[in-house]
Amino acid sequence: MMSILFASLIGFLTAAGVFLSLRAQTFPVVLGLTLLSYAVNLFLFGMGRLKTDAAAVLGKSASYTDPLPQALVLTAIVIAFAMTAFVIVLALKTRAELGNDHVDGEDDASSNEQGGPSA
Amino acid sequence: MTPNVNLAPHSFDQILALLVFLPVLSAIALIALHRAGWRLKRLISAVSVGILLLATIYLMVSGAGNTPQVYPMGDWPAPFGIVWVYDRLSGLMLLLTATLGVVSLTYAIATNEDHNGAHFHALFQAQLFGLNGAFLTGDVFNLFVFFEVLLLASYGLMLHGGGAARSKAGLHYMVINLVGSTLFLFAVGALYGVLGTLNLADLAVRIGLAPTSLYGVIAAASLMLFVVFAIKAAAFPLYLWLPGTYAETSAPVAALFAIMTKVGLYAMLRVHGTLFDTATAPASLVNLIGPWELWLGIMTLIMATLGVLAAMNLRRQVAYLILASVGTLLIALGVNTTESIEAALYYWIHTTLLSAGFFLLADIVRRSRGDDDWRIQPAMPRATLIGGLFFIYAMGMAGLPPLTGFFGKTMILHSVLGSPLMGAIFAVVLTTSVLLVIALARSGSTLFYRVDHQEQQVTAQTVSSFAWLAVFTPLILAAAMVIFALPLTGWLQNTSMQIKDTSVYIRQALDPAVSRLHTEEPKQPNPAHVSPHFPSVNQE
Repeated sequence: MMSILFASLIGFLTAAGVFLSLRAQTFPVVLGLTLLSYAVNLFLFGMGRLKTDAAAVLGKSASYTDPLPQALVLTAIVIAFAMTAFVIVLALKTRAELGNDHVDGEDDASSNEQGGPSA
Repeated sequence: MTPNVNLAPHSFDQILALLVFLPVLSAIALIALHRAGWRLKRLISAVSVGILLLATIYLMVSGAGNTPQVYPMGDWPAPFGIVWVYDRLSGLMLLLTATLGVVSLTYAIATNEDHNGAHFHALFQAQLFGLNGAFLTGDVFNLFVFFEVLLLASYGLMLHGGGAARSKAGLHYMVINLVGSTLFLFAVGALYGVLGTLNLADLAVRIGLAPTSLYGVIAAASLMLFVVFAIKAAAFPLYLWLPGTYAETSAPVAALFAIMTKVGLYAMLRVHGTLFDTATAPASLVNLIGPWELWLGIMTLIMATLGVLAAMNLRRQVAYLILASVGTLLIALGVNTTESIEAALYYWIHTTLLSAGFFLLADIVRRSRGDDDWRIQPAMPRATLIGGLFFIYAMGMAGLPPLTGFFGKTMILHSVLGSPLMGAIFAVVLTTSVLLVIALARSGSTLFYRVDHQEQQVTAQTVSSFAWLAVFTPLILAAAMVIFALPLTGWLQNTSMQIKDTSVYIRQALDPAVSRLHTEEPKQPNPAHVSPHFPSVNQE
């Protein structure tokens, strides 16, 4: 039961994240990336197998859980946090510089520079 | 270079540690000193890059990489601790990185480009830290961490100098790489979930022992890793971020970024090459990514050539030229024979050096001419020198003799003789080469011959002689690659054989633990399957 809940939660977060990161405004994209990073953190955590009442310490109790995914998740959380902070700042910067929050900055014709749609 | 030159292991370890920790310590010092004068910052940055170059040359000349050297961090044995592995391929990549570092830092200082933002030097050092770490690590998760380090530094470097176009391209670059990082974590997590290890060599051993029921998950995770590396390498259809990013960022940063696409290709060689080696991996998984590399390489080459033809300014054209070289390299890696990897490595060095130099030259054109698009401008000062350099660079990049591009492409074509896709590869590589020559000839005549004689050039900026040094250096190195082609290809052939023979790598990387793996769990079908993780931990 716990596994099904856990797996569908990861699936739901990923689906929502993918949907949001395909939006054309920067704010939903940032939210989508954040949801994706939540999903992957849970996924990494689940890769150590789901166990209740088990410490991540060897030798202290009969049942223990794998500590490595927890270390991986910690690292991933820290990195994702830094990246989110950076992408928010960058999104605000482009919003200020391009005058709109479209990901291509092309809502109005004024910013139609050389090169056309580059990405 | 004779094999089996044994350094004292101690001095060797210290150099490996130096390669990773020197740039990060310099970066920290530069952040702490960010209010200090420019001279001090430039001195720290230059000394750090100079030492890196000397250390990588020393490692290369000493022949230390002839057998893979292992440096366990904190002295934890291989599958449990994180190891750094130095072999010929890592050595080559480290040397290329340090060379590009010197070239692009020289140009940044000579043109005062580093004055456009407070933290250029700190970010530059952090970038080198990430690159060196990624080339040295022998652990998949550590590879992820170093990817993030180099990406985070590259986001900052890419935006260096500011401007709306740069921010827009930077946002695209960052978002696609964040998606890539998420995929990377999913792949790493899935591999750990089924195999219970993250060490590359240990993963290779365990894939060999895994039951067939796990092949699907292993293949899915490895293909996800391939997608991540394809984003980094800018393979079709994931290349759309590259032209904008490289064309909009400042010239020294674009020159340093010439190594960034190679990080993705390196990761494919290292990770997939080790995981799915013929000696260890099950036969159904061995050629997992080869066909993908081949076909995506062909598509990348075609699309990049169209991009070169369609580009509206020189910088964007050079960015598409990088993309074309990625396509060519992917084709050679996809064929995946000792000869094709040897040829790919030769072309790899050539394209990294020359595209970096070409970006710097495009910047000089932009400075001298006022702009580097195809509009008619007044004649630029020193047009003969700049035009001559452009001619040589264009010949090199398009693959005309007598420069390295020609020999690289010839070697690659020679290595695919007999491959089932020979016809398609020959047709695409030769046709795109002609188109590249045409496109570059057109750009050259537009930039240098179609001159507005009525007006005087008013916006021209001259650059100092050190900037010229930075533009000349890649050409001199390319000339040396032609003159010393025989010893170089001999060395690359040995490198290629080392890449293909991963059993030595695996044995060396797992050295402290290899006895444990083979004596305590003799021929267990899959230890990871029975109890997911680290079966031997219980026995300690």
